[in-house]
Amino acid sequence: MKDRQLSLILAFAGIAALVPLFVTAGTWLNFAVFTLILCLAAQGWNILGGYSGQYSFGHAAFFGTTAYLTAVLQTRYGISPYAAFAIGIAAAAAVGWVIGFLSFRSGLKGSYFALVTLAFAEVFRVLANASEITGGAAGTLIKLDVRPENFQFASRGTFFWVVLGMVVLAMLLTRALERSRLGAQMVAVRENEDAARALGVDALRVKLAAIALSAAMTGAAGGLYAQYFLYLDATIAYGTWISVEALLAPIVGGAGTVFGPVVGSIVLHSLSEFTKSLVGRIPGIDLVIFGIMLILVVRFPPRNIPGLIRRWRGTK
Amino acid sequence: MIEPDPAFLAVRNVSMRFGGLLAVSDASFFVKEGSITGLIGPNGAGKTTLFAIVSGFQKPTTGHVLWKGEEITARPPHLLARAGIARTFQIVQPFAGLSVRENIAVGAFLRHKRRDDAIALAEKVAARVGLTAELDKPAAALTVAGRKRVELAKALATEPKLLLLDEVLAGLNPSEVRDIVPVVRAIRDSGVTVLMIEHVMQAVMNLCEAVHVLAQGRIIASGTPAEVVATPAVVEAYLGHGAATRLSGKRDA
Repeated sequence: MKDRQLSLILAFAGIAALVPLFVTAGTWLNFAVFTLILCLAAQGWNILGGYSGQYSFGHAAFFGTTAYLTAVLQTRYGISPYAAFAIGIAAAAAVGWVIGFLSFRSGLKGSYFALVTLAFAEVFRVLANASEITGGAAGTLIKLDVRPENFQFASRGTFFWVVLGMVVLAMLLTRALERSRLGAQMVAVRENEDAARALGVDALRVKLAAIALSAAMTGAAGGLYAQYFLYLDATIAYGTWISVEALLAPIVGGAGTVFGPVVGSIVLHSLSEFTKSLVGRIPGIDLVIFGIMLILVVRFPPRNIPGLIRRWRGTK
Repeated sequence: MIEPDPAFLAVRNVSMRFGGLLAVSDASFFVKEGSITGLIGPNGAGKTTLFAIVSGFQKPTTGHVLWKGEEITARPPHLLARAGIARTFQIVQPFAGLSVRENIAVGAFLRHKRRDDAIALAEKVAARVGLTAELDKPAAALTVAGRKRVELAKALATEPKLLLLDEVLAGLNPSEVRDIVPVVRAIRDSGVTVLMIEHVMQAVMNLCEAVHVLAQGRIIASGTPAEVVATPAVVEAYLGHGAATRLSGKRDA
């Protein structure tokens, strides 16, 4: 079973790696890169929400922090984009730890925790929109200078492989977590915090580790976004859209599983792309699709796509 | 009489007030190392509150809990678990999404960092409480008796020195009680001291060397099970004022 999981991850990596060889149309590669970036953000959310049961509605705070640091450190301070990216990830983890410390220490749970994270993300958005260093409302532009040492690549395919590498790395990390003591303690806290504490689990420490790791992953997605699209403003970096994207995919695909966020984001984005090609680019049509998917998944018992497939095949 | 053992667990003058309600009032007792000690009393006597205080889930309004001579009052539960005090819950608290093996492993992870070691210990503990056949089942799928065993196994997997059992026998039928009693005794024989809240008197009489009776928040009697049930104050606490005299009158007549 576990070895099957590893071979599935490698199979996914192998098949996905072939995509740039066959798909050469720019728009489709764009779509694929964008989906994978959101997938990484969702994998981050999955650590905190899926495994530890702390539903954040403000993962934009982490996405945006790495995105802005990656962009601002290289454009304003001339730091290498790779170093800026690494600093950004560390900063996102730190931001996650601080938000976690403030809310978990005071015992915030469930919807209260969700609201506080949303509030933090909104504060960051307003600050980024007003502050000078982020370029304010005009946003930050990373200068187009296509060289590998600038974390910019001539072909979209190369960037696709970089993002895919990160997604696969996140899957392997999640798998390792699942089999570790920390992972077991995270799930125990999710299922029943008091029972976990009675068994010697330091719930606060476990939740802080979870939010820091989670923030780092979602942050990495933000940094990749900045590097790929080379433009950021407060609504992109800290907007609610990314918080929603990050939590929707794991919930639809199966929260608290290695493949959940991956399956979820691929299915959601393929569906919304497909619908757009059918009915044209009606603004907000993707949100309608997301909403319908969420209702369907939550309404019917297996509560995620892999569960539905298992049920249809009768192999439950 | 019970020999006090201040070196192990001592509860000293503990009171717990919830607003206008004095749930535990100046309760003091000892638990002797290596014993099975019972904490009994009518419903609402404050037994579970006292347990919550000893296991660190609640901070008493006044009073002290001492563990091997050291003050542990209001120390958080995870640190107490590390120190060797484990508890079960009256309302069983399985990790519903996990298998029995994984449930027990959460406890085992306390002293074993590596997954293989934790799983191995979980399986060993499962064998001790008779759960080997259920290891792969989801914990939520078990019967009440099975879940009580999981609750017991989880606590045991933390390798405690003192095990606090909050009504592990409640809700079980007589034959299930008969099955679990030897399990509890075997736990004690393996060197774990047991403090148990219990309503099933058959089991208390059977298992406990020492019993403390709590009524309306006060310890009203302490002694061997036989001594305690012969105490008029205990009979009255359960059956009402005057019951002791009426009963002994009947016996005399």
